[in-house]
Amino acid sequence: MADAIQSNNKPKLPVLEREKLILNGRSMNWITERVCGIIENPQPALWWVLFIPSFIIAIVGLGFGLTYLVSTGVGVWGNSNRTMWGWPIVNFIFWIGIGHAGTLISAILFLTRQNWRTSINRAAEAMTIFAVCCAGIFPVFHVGRVWFAWFLAPIPNANAIWQNFKSPLLWDVFAVSTYFTVSLIFWYLGMVPDLATIRDRAKKGSIRKFLYGLFALGWRGGNRQWSHYEMAYLLLAALSTPLVLSVHSIVSFDCATSIVPGWHTTIFPPYFVAGAVFGGFAMVLTIMVPARYIYGLQDLITRKHIDNMAKIILTTGTIVGYAYLMELFVAFYSGAKYEMAAFTYRITGPYAWAYILMMSLNVLSPQLFWWKSLRENLWVVMGVSMCVNIGMWFERFVIIVTTLPRMFLPGDWKYYDPSPVDIMTFIGTIGLFLTLFLLFLKFLPCINIAEVKWTLLESDPHHEDKEELEDKGVKVERPYQVELDTNKPV
Amino acid sequence: MTKKIKRVYGYLAEFETASKLYKGAEKVRDAGFKKWDCYSPYPLHGLDHAMGLKRSVLPFFVFFGGLIGFCTAVALAYGTQVMIYPTVVQAKPANLATIAAFFPIMFELTILLSGFTTLFGVLALMGLPRLNHPLFASKQFQKATDDKFFIAIEVRDSNFNKEETKALLEGAGGSNIELVEEEI
Repeated sequence: MADAIQSNNKPKLPVLEREKLILNGRSMNWITERVCGIIENPQPALWWVLFIPSFIIAIVGLGFGLTYLVSTGVGVWGNSNRTMWGWPIVNFIFWIGIGHAGTLISAILFLTRQNWRTSINRAAEAMTIFAVCCAGIFPVFHVGRVWFAWFLAPIPNANAIWQNFKSPLLWDVFAVSTYFTVSLIFWYLGMVPDLATIRDRAKKGSIRKFLYGLFALGWRGGNRQWSHYEMAYLLLAALSTPLVLSVHSIVSFDCATSIVPGWHTTIFPPYFVAGAVFGGFAMVLTIMVPARYIYGLQDLITRKHIDNMAKIILTTGTIVGYAYLMELFVAFYSGAKYEMAAFTYRITGPYAWAYILMMSLNVLSPQLFWWKSLRENLWVVMGVSMCVNIGMWFERFVIIVTTLPRMFLPGDWKYYDPSPVDIMTFIGTIGLFLTLFLLFLKFLPCINIAEVKWTLLESDPHHEDKEELEDKGVKVERPYQVELDTNKPV
Repeated sequence: MTKKIKRVYGYLAEFETASKLYKGAEKVRDAGFKKWDCYSPYPLHGLDHAMGLKRSVLPFFVFFGGLIGFCTAVALAYGTQVMIYPTVVQAKPANLATIAAFFPIMFELTILLSGFTTLFGVLALMGLPRLNHPLFASKQFQKATDDKFFIAIEVRDSNFNKEETKALLEGAGGSNIELVEEEI
């Protein structure tokens, strides 16, 4: 065993020790206590201060907004004959995009072995699920007569006519429902060992023991289980990775497959996906930075995690900026006068304020993250995240609302205004999102306990062998590397 | 008062660290045991090798799950649009040449069915859900999901011997060795 590690260390190069993912030498038991403590102890007053208004906003906003909509008709929204999509679809794309960061953290960073994902993946996946819930409300009610929403399901209607499977809107139904289902499976399966931890800590005969025991499915943590479990996790990550890229691509097809000037571009799928990841990471930071502070999780979600997320925001924000400019360039370069007119209208027309907001919040504000000192300042991080949240909503607003009211027929041209019901419903979904997230913090382990333990140095089964080496095994650091070296067929 | 009947499940031994568990597992494997398991609070990479386990067969099932999803999508999209009830929307035909328009449906259903197969396949392979287990009778085993490591050798194993197995676990570095019994 030790020989294998020795031979791996042969070229004696100076190697820097990696920054630790868990600070202050916290033990496994500390991690369990801290994360389970959030569920087992009463919530801090701040939780209630946030929960009660969120809940009221969700109930009033969605309850009133949707009841009034259904009982009266979609005319109560600001949508008109030309701007058929308006705010509802802006909100749909906004929320579905938020979800993408969760899947990126849980799947793509898993496949690329980014171990820092372990501290944030649970909360980010929860955010995905809740964001997709919020997103789903809009297209379902946007169909108009919501009691016919089942027409979207792949079953023939009364005249034996099937759905139009060539339509991007139907692709959307498949993409979003698959995305929701697979994300839910991924989230739940990842949570089973942690639910078992809470079950094992609960008092015998208590309701908590029963409920968490039920959902932990009798998990025991045996290696014969872990072995299959790890394979399932890998498979789900591998399935989710193309899935998440497909979802926002298909959402962008709703626009890109039409012949509307300003929409009919091939850059849309990558541009939408980058924007989704960008907006999603901003939302992860918006909810995790306060949660980390409120629950004292600074040793698990460290400055390094925040720094990494800020770097991703910078990267994807710059990609988004590139896409904005490329869109303009291609409109100019195409020589198509309708295309040029659409973009001139966006920049100089009555919606110029939205375009300027989008550009400055999405492209300029993340550029602050080039400086390490600013990435380390949590106020700046929160400020930029809020800017990006707002900016990404305006990006979708610019795409949808500055295009539709200005199509080929001048007789249709009209300035779009949202109605109060539009605004109410959107605020209602913000309330719903926060309500669901706060309930998640209260009832479910918000940090992946099992995976975080795995990132500790002593979790490596070869840790004690390495301690005997001269450099304490600094060079070979990750368990899987040792495994690759020594795992010869039995 | 009725007398409670107990059934022996096997020995449970605690190991302090992951490294000790790994070495202990190698010893138990070399002693030729088959019905035993290592318990840890997180997935211990490399333990499959130390236990002599083979790679999980789950991908095999998931491949066929995905294939069924793909075939469903072909039947659903192509079958209904081209064969059962062709509908011409916006003067766009549906035939073999327009199959590219069905790719998103095929892709999504492949992923969806693969996802379901992964979930139900892994539960079946892990033998879950199983809400009770003899090991839950052990008080110290509750720490297996916190920070302790265990090896349990079942009495059903043909190599099991009350004294020798205990000695083996002690020799492998196990402590707090307990004979786990469940009430029936």
